[in-house]
Amino acid sequence: MRLPCPLCGSRDHREFTYQGAAVMLDRPAPDAGAEAWDSYVHLRDNPAGATRELWYHGAGCGAWLVVARDTVTHAVFGAELARQVRR
Amino acid sequence: MVELTASAPFDAGMERTIGAVTLRAAETGPVTALMPYAGQERALSAALERAHGLEFPAAGRMTSAGQARCLWSGLDQAMLIGVEPDPALADHAAVVAQSDGWAALTLTGDAVADVLARLVPVDLRPAAFEQGASIRSELGHMMVILARTGPQQVTVMGFRSMAGTLLHELENAMTALAARPKG
Ligand SMILES: [Zn+2]
Repeated sequence: MRLPCPLCGSRDHREFTYQGAAVMLDRPAPDAGAEAWDSYVHLRDNPAGATRELWYHGAGCGAWLVVARDTVTHAVFGAELARQVRR
Repeated sequence: MVELTASAPFDAGMERTIGAVTLRAAETGPVTALMPYAGQERALSAALERAHGLEFPAAGRMTSAGQARCLWSGLDQAMLIGVEPDPALADHAAVVAQSDGWAALTLTGDAVADVLARLVPVDLRPAAFEQGASIRSELGHMMVILARTGPQQVTVMGFRSMAGTLLHELENAMTALAARPKG
């Protein structure tokens, strides 16, 4: 598996660490309520198909990436810097 | 006052040739990490230009002017090598002395890319890793900076605390490659 780092180019999977679904970028407001926070902290989908995930390019540029890929076909659609996605 | 004697990460003048590759200890001079503050990359680049005659490198690139080199080394980070950093750089970036933190080697010869292909998961053949390229990747399990510093030469910078392992890994790969029958 290779991931297309926006800074480093196409790189081998071994350079990256997987964090989880990219929902971590959508942090609820402090006063969003227990339900929103419960969902944010604990509840995850288990999709068969297109996903958006956070990967850390630790053995490369050190950036957090949002990687779009398909868990069924293993196709990787692309990756963006997480800090640009948040903006 | 105690006078301390600086020691180099590798023996001075260390040079090993195995097969078609020669490995040499490289003298970096001062090494300084430059990490531009948010939105300050262009201002830092201008300050670098004024003080040292080179720009802040784009991702994956190296700039150079005289003794000075600036190697891209990660997101919002580059290493200024070979010169003491001008104090004005600190207006735009975190400037951190790292001279004693790094160990540098050069690999020179026809088979440099073949040796590194055994250790680094990036295509380092000259067509893909051109003059002026500077990347961050791993060599074995070690974080390194790799820079193309000549048509047949790659400079490898690793953490000084791992200098022995870096040398061992490279010598192993050079020996194993040289042992393969030609053809
Ligand atoms: Zn990267």
